[in-house]
Amino acid sequence: MLSCKEAAALVSESLDRKLPLGQRIALRMHLLFCRFCRRFSRQVLFLRGTADRVRGEKEGEEPPVSDSLSAEAKEKIEQALKTHSESKSKP
Amino acid sequence: MSIIDPSKGKGETLNPENWGKDYADYLFRYALVRLRDRQGAEDVVQETFLAALKGKDQFKGLSSERTWLVGILKHKMMDYFRKPSRELPVSGLITSEDPPEEFFDLNGKWQVKPSSWGDSPMDALEKKEFWKTFEACMSVLPGRLAQIFALREFEGLKNEEICNLFNVSTTNLNVMLFRSRMRLARCLETNWFGKKAKGE
Repeated sequence: MLSCKEAAALVSESLDRKLPLGQRIALRMHLLFCRFCRRFSRQVLFLRGTADRVRGEKEGEEPPVSDSLSAEAKEKIEQALKTHSESKSKP
Repeated sequence: MSIIDPSKGKGETLNPENWGKDYADYLFRYALVRLRDRQGAEDVVQETFLAALKGKDQFKGLSSERTWLVGILKHKMMDYFRKPSRELPVSGLITSEDPPEEFFDLNGKWQVKPSSWGDSPMDALEKKEFWKTFEACMSVLPGRLAQIFALREFEGLKNEEICNLFNVSTTNLNVMLFRSRMRLARCLETNWFGKKAKGE
């Protein structure tokens, strides 16, 4: 029988690759009897759901992060864009 | 809505003079979540714009300006991870010999038992405050764990790709992904789902 630590590690791994049959069965057995590992399993699926949302960033939708560029960095970028587009347009 | 005929090369056009205003913040946030390094994210955004200027003739107008820029940004982010100077010291790496012991006792039983997140945890995704908590939980992850989690989950990289990028073994990567998921779950439980249950 798997320990909770082993089961939880397999739960995590199962998000990244298909587990071999033996491990899949062992994990199922464990989850059948262990509600804490069942909860953890739902929780990592929830995390996958948050990631899907972050990755899904639809057109016109802001990524769910509030940080923005410092004014200083923006200035630097504007400047770089300007110099480069000017030097490009010159023959 | 007008129909775009790719063969005519019409459709979306590029306006580099507005990039700073229109996309700098967006691209910066996109990079910051994944790199966890403000300076790095700023650099990557700047490099993206410069590369985009250089390659602007390759823009076919098939995607939006923003999608095109994000595509370039992704390449620049991978370059960032590949730079040898970015490598964290070995002590910053979490190895398979360093199991997430704080979550389990010596017999492998849960030390801190996961609690229930209610019937519809997914509702949280619609709330702005939830994303602030999520962001805060990402930011307390050790840097390398956060990068790895972001590459796997946000960028959808395969495990082998991440192993190659960081030069770590599969076992090591599995441990790191496990730890990052465990920590994020515990952090959200304490700071979002736990508080909600108490009606805070």
